[in-house]
Amino acid sequence: MRKLIGTAIAATAVAGLAFGAQASTLDDVKAKGHVQCGVSQGLPGFSNPDEKGNWSGLDVDVCRAVAAAIFGSGDAVKFTPLSAKERFTALQSGEVDLLSRNTTWTLSRDTALGLDFTGVSYYDGQGFMVRKDLGVKSAKELSGAAVCTNTGTTTELNVADYFRTNKMDYKVVAFEKADEVVAAYDAGRCDVYTTDQSGIAAQRTKLKEPGAHIILPEVISKEPLGPAVRHGDNQWGDIVRWTLNALITAEEFGVEKGNVASMKDSKNPEIRRLVSAEGTMCENLGLQPGCFANAIAAVGNYGEVFERNVGPSTPLGLGRGLNELWSKGGIMYSPPFR
Amino acid sequence: MADSSTTLNRSSGPPKTKVAPWNDPKVRGFFFQVVLLVALLWFCWWLFANTTANLERQKIASGFDFLGTTAGFGIIQTPIDYSETSTYGRAFMVGLINTLIVSVIGCVVATVLGFLIGVARLSHNWLVSRLAAVYIEIFRNIPLLLQIFFWYFVVLRLLPHPRDSLRPFSDVYINVRGIFTPNPVPLDGFSVVVIAFVVAVVAIVFLRRWATRRQESTGQTFPVFWTSVGLLVLLPLIGAAVTGFPMTWEYPKATRFSISGGFTIYPELAAMVMALSVYTASFIAEIVRAGILAVSHGQTEAAHSLGLRNGPTLRLVIIPQAMRVIIPPLTSQYLNLTKNSSLSAAIAYPELVSVFAGTVLNQTGQAIEVIGITMLVYATISLSISAGMNIYNKKMALVER
Repeated sequence: MRKLIGTAIAATAVAGLAFGAQASTLDDVKAKGHVQCGVSQGLPGFSNPDEKGNWSGLDVDVCRAVAAAIFGSGDAVKFTPLSAKERFTALQSGEVDLLSRNTTWTLSRDTALGLDFTGVSYYDGQGFMVRKDLGVKSAKELSGAAVCTNTGTTTELNVADYFRTNKMDYKVVAFEKADEVVAAYDAGRCDVYTTDQSGIAAQRTKLKEPGAHIILPEVISKEPLGPAVRHGDNQWGDIVRWTLNALITAEEFGVEKGNVASMKDSKNPEIRRLVSAEGTMCENLGLQPGCFANAIAAVGNYGEVFERNVGPSTPLGLGRGLNELWSKGGIMYSPPFR
Repeated sequence: MADSSTTLNRSSGPPKTKVAPWNDPKVRGFFFQVVLLVALLWFCWWLFANTTANLERQKIASGFDFLGTTAGFGIIQTPIDYSETSTYGRAFMVGLINTLIVSVIGCVVATVLGFLIGVARLSHNWLVSRLAAVYIEIFRNIPLLLQIFFWYFVVLRLLPHPRDSLRPFSDVYINVRGIFTPNPVPLDGFSVVVIAFVVAVVAIVFLRRWATRRQESTGQTFPVFWTSVGLLVLLPLIGAAVTGFPMTWEYPKATRFSISGGFTIYPELAAMVMALSVYTASFIAEIVRAGILAVSHGQTEAAHSLGLRNGPTLRLVIIPQAMRVIIPPLTSQYLNLTKNSSLSAAIAYPELVSVFAGTVLNQTGQAIEVIGITMLVYATISLSISAGMNIYNKKMALVER
């Protein structure tokens, strides 16, 4: 009996040690053979499953690019759909390795929540959508309106700030799931639907009559959306940051999904470093040579990702705007690959 | 084997040799209790230390300081003063009160509805008892969350837009945004009316005692119920008349978007009360039916043979005895209803889980503290309900002489 108790105590102690000292995220990910990626519960253009359960979208492509950089295949990734409310806890607790879920980079999230944001995959701003027949032309006319939004988002706080600053009354109706917000807005529970402009464009496609609604001109906030990882594992954070930067640099230098294989023969040293023809960029991150080339081969460069998921030819029909490269009038900018 | 032979020796007579301490069942029992306790304490300490270490390592904020910082978000239904500049602690109070509001209203409505349906289920009228059975079988067997969505989204869609509000009275508006009625605003001197009301309540308590004593000594009954109703209505009314009706009304007004001012019942609250009470009433109805059937038919026959009609038989003989069977499971239903109110988050009713374990948790990221407080609150509410119902149960229990 004493032996049994001794064994039990020893086992618990070992389990305690194992739990206390976590291995690095990269080792964990390699051991299980896939990246576990937290995405939205269904936001067209950003992360949305089709009828077969295949995920697509801009946020999903960031996950796939990271998976390709590590494993060489964009399919070595599993997705965990998360509500706005659940997302940070899921990342903190290790349920997901990477959160790529149209999440705004803010100071308090970067610090008090124990997260690290690893760049911006989409520059967004909060907007308002109303019914055309209300005759509202500006957000300044919205005093007394009922506003539908999501709980646990920066949106909820921005709308409070905006109405407070402009000394207007409002009633906020905050739902947990995006689908319920849209359903309630469509049923007339609210006058206004508010979220990031890209989100409005995406959700508008779900309304009964998308044409009967207009998006007001005001953009009331800065919403830099980007992938986030747990604080404290710098290597993992660097992998995600530089995979995203690789997609942006690839667009800048004309490296595409179709031509990335032939770019090893390029004369441009920056391109040569990007595709691992020169230097030890991937090795510095703890990855195999050719990691960025694999990421680009899996999803294409940033421009291709944008066009495929949210660009003018998609139902969302969003223009590049701020998300155009810095060299073409936008603010998408990657530090150099050197 | 050695153990049992020692025991046998001892039971057959006084021990001749001194038993070694590790063979003494008392010492052994004590030893294992201590080992278990130490292991449990060590486990708790390990959990705590591990959690704090991990929080520290990931630089996640901890502690309860966040309760004093500014919340910065709006809440639709605020029974106490609350604005975006209030603290997270205040937001917690709003959530808690909203939980209590929906639970209390839900329990009252569910009880009334449940008793009516339960009695109807036993009715000799074929149609009435069939209808009650259909009600019970439908609402008891559909998941509550679906019922909540049904009430919220279906009822919501049926109601008109604010511009075409239903107006059963000139100052009452019913539309997709809620029910808007005039709000009574007390003026100076309203305290007289409140005092008159309290006096009426006290008078009723004494009247009841007096009526019971008189009936026990003389056998004469007194119409306590109608007298009580009269007192409750008349005394405050006289008080109001003397002070010149110190009350005014705040009327709802149509604005550009909706109706504002007055007293508002939001559709989220209405849907939650409907869903919770209709669902729980189906269980209460079955409990009531079981309770009534548990009272033997002889009691009814005895009451009838004493000349009591059906109504008084039910009221004076059957129900009081049935209550003893009904109260314990009824308590469980109240507990269920209160805990089920946490499903409100799905339809934007701002109760504790939605406001505190939802928005506040997300803004502060302090999952352990927030979820801990929330669990503690639900445990406290549930234990309070249980305690209250236990007192009531004791009062109703069979007094054995």
